[in-house]
Amino acid sequence: MLKIKNLHASVEDKEILKGINLEINAGEVHAIMGPNGSGKSTLANVVAGKEEYEQTSGEIIFENQEISELEADERAHKGLFLSFQYPVEIPGVSVTNFMKTAINENRKAQGLEDMPAKDMLKKIREKSELLDMDRKFLSRSLNEGFSGGEKKRNEIFQMAMLEPKLAILDETDSGLDIDALRIVSNGVNKLRTKDNAVLVITHYQRLLDYIVPDYVHVLLEGKIVKSGGKELAYKLEEHGYDWIKEEMKAV
Amino acid sequence: MELKDKLISSFFAFEEHVDVNTKVHNTRSEAMKNFEATGFPTRKDEDWKYTSLKSILKEDYSLFPKKEDAIEYKDVKKYFIHDIDAYTIVFIDGIYSSHLSQTTHDKIDACLMSSALSKDKYKPIIEKYFNKIAPKTSLNSLNTAFSREGAFINIPKNTVADKPIQILNFSTGNESALMLQPRNLVILGENSNVQIIERHQSLTDNAVLTNSVTEIYAEKRAILDYYKIQNDKSSASLIDNTYVEQKDDSNCSIHTFSFGGKLTRNNLQFFQKGEHIDSTMKGVTIIEDKQHVDHNTLVHHIEPNCESHQDYKGIYDDKSVGVFNGKVVVEKEAQKTNAFQSNNNILVSDKATINSKPQLEIFADDVKCSHGCTIGQLDEDAMFYLKSRGIPEKEARALLMYAFANNVLSSVKIPELQQRINKLIANKLNVNLGFDL
Ligand SMILES: Nc1ncnc2c1ncn2[C@@H]1O[C@H](COP(=O)(O)OP(=O)(O)OP(=O)(O)O)[C@@H](O)[C@H]1O
Ligand SMILES: [Mg+2]
Repeated sequence: MLKIKNLHASVEDKEILKGINLEINAGEVHAIMGPNGSGKSTLANVVAGKEEYEQTSGEIIFENQEISELEADERAHKGLFLSFQYPVEIPGVSVTNFMKTAINENRKAQGLEDMPAKDMLKKIREKSELLDMDRKFLSRSLNEGFSGGEKKRNEIFQMAMLEPKLAILDETDSGLDIDALRIVSNGVNKLRTKDNAVLVITHYQRLLDYIVPDYVHVLLEGKIVKSGGKELAYKLEEHGYDWIKEEMKAV
Repeated sequence: MELKDKLISSFFAFEEHVDVNTKVHNTRSEAMKNFEATGFPTRKDEDWKYTSLKSILKEDYSLFPKKEDAIEYKDVKKYFIHDIDAYTIVFIDGIYSSHLSQTTHDKIDACLMSSALSKDKYKPIIEKYFNKIAPKTSLNSLNTAFSREGAFINIPKNTVADKPIQILNFSTGNESALMLQPRNLVILGENSNVQIIERHQSLTDNAVLTNSVTEIYAEKRAILDYYKIQNDKSSASLIDNTYVEQKDDSNCSIHTFSFGGKLTRNNLQFFQKGEHIDSTMKGVTIIEDKQHVDHNTLVHHIEPNCESHQDYKGIYDDKSVGVFNGKVVVEKEAQKTNAFQSNNNILVSDKATINSKPQLEIFADDVKCSHGCTIGQLDEDAMFYLKSRGIPEKEARALLMYAFANNVLSSVKIPELQQRINKLIANKLNVNLGFDL
């Protein structure tokens, strides 16, 4: 589904991603862990198509197509979704209207008519119930004044609405209380099928108890330096990253 | 002949059509003298520093259209807010159109300035209110000199107008260039309430210059909501001069939506003559090409315990020019004044310009006054957020612009009008955002 080959990216001439290789197949869950500032969000943003980051070399192949030259919206149309670490507040657009625009623009890209209003409302109701979202949020301005946890829940609500092939969840767990973490993770799990995939970026093992990864990767200073199964996450939780740094020095 | 000279000489012709032996006509003659002495404003005038009338004064305007043109309702239907029941006062090339209008004298007067100026029964009202608050600027004087027609709205005390009133000014393009000078008078008696919608609309691409004066008087506890829709052709220019005098506990708001026209200048002034008055001015300007919109506002806080709110939003594309000059004067006696002013602008193109100048003159010490002015671009992070959800560049920009203007739009109290303005914006931005804008 997603194949990243030797990806280098920089911002303001500072190289942040220094040769990332990653392959994610349909049906899989991957997790990326790594210290603050190691480049996890940068990777997510580059894959989603943020122009601020310059992709200096390498390939991003999504659904058998090199997408490096595509605009962010075109990548979304192909089924890519990013749940932001810091969702942007947009006063003046309600969650509902925003979702209507997003859904219908995705449909337009697929050559479909606007979704009938009735179906839209039904879908919004269903997905907000899936995430146990208060209806009040739907008429509020997008993310404006939402608490940290509410923003994250709203991100997953959008994922549920858009039904992407690959969802990248950038620290979706941070800011969620214990109950919310369970609800949101259940939401994500319910959306999983054998045809889609999830890439979770997290600092904590806890989330991975809910969304169980097939692979765990460690990102350090712009490179994936170690990959393993879910047991790697336990080891990181217990020992931190120093032992990996030591290992690297030894090599 | 220069336009000024043409106006001066045609005043004699004008006099043949009005009763010259009246107080009103004395006022006109005085005003004409004043205009003769001052002429049109130029950029040397401090208030006109950023707006030049030069290019629009070059046209050879007809001052009195030759004939009444019978336009059909179907040709102009789209300019009416027709999904609401409303009184309508329609002028075609400055002449009242009875077949397109629905006026009333039942409980309220929603009728014609020409009859108010000439009929005996309105004499006391005219003597009390006509030309009392419009400052003697050259443009106001010019309008006063030729004042004959316009809307006359009189809401007696303790009366709530049963439906909104629309004032529609159409120009047909029968003349290759036409100058119009509507004169409106709006009086709200104590405890009265009315909503008014005003629009100027040219039906062809021929040049039109409108120099309009509206005087509004709100007596104690009166409530007024006034909406101006300025979405004219790029051959039409408008100088709108509107003055509002408010008495105790009255509440007046004026919304100005400027989406089109060649040059638009709004002189809007509020005079607070009482306590516990609330005055609101809001505006959304969205323009492109070489369009020019200038908002020149004044709130004069004269007495204590009053409020004023100004909120102007502007979005400027291409080589368009915006001007905001917002003056707030708080007199020494006007303690406990709350005056808020904000002017936020987005420059979509790097060739667009905005001149924003707040002027606060505060002579009282116990007041709360704030003003803020921002000039920015669309937020890149917000753009990426929208695009990452599959919303393309153009639609994402439109959505952010709509969001930016939304707090002003959402304060429009007539839902059908709000819908209509949302549609105008969607059309203007050339987008369908998948929800009812
Ligand atoms: N727009 C930017 N301008 C300058 N530096 C940037 C920018 N974006 C990221 N960086 C830098 O790149 C490095 C990687 O940042 P990134 O946000 O990808 O880290 P992260 O692994 O997601 O960290 P965290 O765990 O704290 O979220 C950091 O040093 C950061 O300061
Ligand atoms: Mg991060």
